[in-house]
Amino acid sequence: MAHSPSRTRGSAAPARLPAELAEAARGGRALEGFLRGLPGIDAVGLEQRAAALGARGVGKNAKPRAIDTAIGMVDLTTLEGADTPGKVRALAAKARHPDPGHSATPRVAALCVYPDLVAEAVAALGEVPVGVASVATAFPSGRSCSRAKLAEVELAVDAGADEVDMVIDRGAFLSGRYGEVFDEIREVRSACGGAHLKVILETGELGTYDNVQRASWLALLAGADFVKTSTGKVSPAATLPVTHVLLRTVREWYDRTGQWRGVKPAGGIRTTKDALRYLVAVREVAGPEWLTPRLFRFGASGLLNDLLMQRRTQLDGHYGGPDHVAVDL
Amino acid sequence: MTDPDSAPWEYVPAPESAGLAGLASEYRLFVDGTFSAGSGEKTTSVNPATTEELATVAGTANSDMDRAVEAASGAFRDRWGGLDGSARAKYLFRLARLLQERGRELAVLESLDTGKPVRQAREFDLPNAAAYFLHHAGWADKLDYAGFGPDPAPFGVVGQVLPWNFPLLTLAQQVAPALACGNTVVVKPAETTPLSALVFAELCQQADLPPGVVNILTGGAHTGEKLLSHPGVAKPAFVGSTEVGRRIRHRLAGTGRTPVLTLGGSGTNIVFADAPVEQAVQGVVDGAFFNQGHVRGAGSRVLVEESVAEEFVERVCERTATLRVGDPLDRNTDVGAVNSAAELDRITRLVETGEAEGARRWSSPHPLPERGYFLAPTVFSEVHQSMRLAREEVFGPVLSVLTFRIPEEAVTKANNTPHGLAAGVWSEKGSRTLWTANRLRTGVVWGNTFHRFDPTAPFGGERESGSDRVGGRAGLEAYLDV
Repeated sequence: MAHSPSRTRGSAAPARLPAELAEAARGGRALEGFLRGLPGIDAVGLEQRAAALGARGVGKNAKPRAIDTAIGMVDLTTLEGADTPGKVRALAAKARHPDPGHSATPRVAALCVYPDLVAEAVAALGEVPVGVASVATAFPSGRSCSRAKLAEVELAVDAGADEVDMVIDRGAFLSGRYGEVFDEIREVRSACGGAHLKVILETGELGTYDNVQRASWLALLAGADFVKTSTGKVSPAATLPVTHVLLRTVREWYDRTGQWRGVKPAGGIRTTKDALRYLVAVREVAGPEWLTPRLFRFGASGLLNDLLMQRRTQLDGHYGGPDHVAVDL
Repeated sequence: MTDPDSAPWEYVPAPESAGLAGLASEYRLFVDGTFSAGSGEKTTSVNPATTEELATVAGTANSDMDRAVEAASGAFRDRWGGLDGSARAKYLFRLARLLQERGRELAVLESLDTGKPVRQAREFDLPNAAAYFLHHAGWADKLDYAGFGPDPAPFGVVGQVLPWNFPLLTLAQQVAPALACGNTVVVKPAETTPLSALVFAELCQQADLPPGVVNILTGGAHTGEKLLSHPGVAKPAFVGSTEVGRRIRHRLAGTGRTPVLTLGGSGTNIVFADAPVEQAVQGVVDGAFFNQGHVRGAGSRVLVEESVAEEFVERVCERTATLRVGDPLDRNTDVGAVNSAAELDRITRLVETGEAEGARRWSSPHPLPERGYFLAPTVFSEVHQSMRLAREEVFGPVLSVLTFRIPEEAVTKANNTPHGLAAGVWSEKGSRTLWTANRLRTGVVWGNTFHRFDPTAPFGGERESGSDRVGGRAGLEAYLDV
């Protein structure tokens, strides 16, 4: 396999940033000024464009290719209180061979679990090139002390997680303490060591697109490799307009710094139709370069099965139904 | 195992089947409830995307026009004029429903005949056409309360000459209020795009509309002018260019009949430095290239605050380059074909003039189909007020960028045109938007958006963009004798 999504590094090196971003990346007043100075987002226009692009189709003949692209971007996720080693092993098996009946089916990008189950996931995957991602920092609420959050990150990283999905402190963000959020991401970033850092903004709690945009910039300035919409525990989770904002931000980040940053919508994306809409948005808003698991992921659990069913439909010429793909509860 | 990195998916053409349009080989005039061959010279309607002939269309002779006006007059006298408002509403509701039911067919037909993207026809033209009928159906029995006195009267026979940019939508915008107010109509769609109107005639039959209430003739400018000055037409209405509108007003001067004029004029977007940039870029691009720029009040000019102009233009070009130009029947197409060879020629000459005048031209690198009347979306920067590009109505996929330093300058430049149809103001500061809107001499001002239409909101211009409104209470006035 040519790529190794989980082991790509790209942590921000402030020295390489252009002057105005380097200034903002020092935190404090400069950061606050930068975030408040971002151009506004008009909600009506944003939603209109998201709807217009959502009406595009990839075209019948492009569908198999697009479905495979989407499967390779899935972070197969289980984040339940009831998760057990057995459940994780079952998902790992699925990650290795999503569709045993069709061996050419691509593998998913990563398996996403709670920190205490990372060791189990790592062991279950063995040498298979599928990453292990772990949520951390008092997921999903982010309500704990910094020490506890960092301890969680260490737990995950020590157990062998390739990727850490942290949540931001929305309380601090909404009360305007951007510096605190920034410092916390920085600390997690350094605790991650070589692991990839995804920063969950929990956009459903941020209230406005302007806030989403600010939080995205804040996360990138603090060293995030990915910005991620949601935990999946809050409604609304990922939406197309919110994902547009994130995609636009990573695109501008690239234009200004030359550094590639990724986007991960999570929660609420259940069908192939949804996923293809997101792929159209990726191509149009960020650019075709982002159509890779290194720069775009889906945080989902149910989505994979629908992708597999649609993949079979494309290959076999008829729809087989849910009984033909493995159900994981 | 496939490597997701190796080749991400590309769009593959997914064209709508042209067969959905149910294209007939011949289209005939609709007079007094029946289709007739017409005694005039036959013409053909052409698909501008392929230059292929679509169908033969019957021609209108003087005798056909007299017959149509006579039928409309008889229908007004004997059937429609005396009908209760609620009965008229019933027919309008039926027409709205039929437009919705046959929406897909009509969208494909409209796309074939005009060159517009089928997705736009399906998502904009058709739903809006139905919406105008629904809205005015609601008015038909409430005219006494519309503020035009206790018992406002219709004129009688209305003659309507329509443009080629939104054939069915402009038909709905004019026919629906005319019928709701109790008039009967003789409609002449544009010479290059008559098909959807003639299919609308079928809907009138399906709706059991009394014969003669709606009559549809075909023909060019000559037929149109003859219809508008026909002695049997009590109220002439024209939707189209300022030049023709002026001629019509001249011709009708002294006859006691005032025409309904909804005319053209390029629109202007004003982008302040504090605009929501991303949406402003999108709004400016949509404003200029929506329907290939064939829109009355298209945002063909944009005034950008000088401090952000350079970056803004770059982003506008970048976004314009992502517009997919080509087969109108492909549902991913954003910009279709220019309506006719004559239009393509006119716009191409204007573009050449722009270059000769010293404006800097950029055209989308998107490949164009080998045949058909296509023009790559074009952006001119460094355009100045004195250039023809800035002064004339472009009515094509061409955007001119001008700059300003302070709000007063923006307003002065925006108003410095004989037209006054539409403008967009882009700013996150509400007070600045309102300040600007108050000073713009246009019929419509949009705030942080462009091209939003709604039958409840009056749309129309001032000065050389015409005097009348479509939609809302104000739109009724055109078809009531008040």
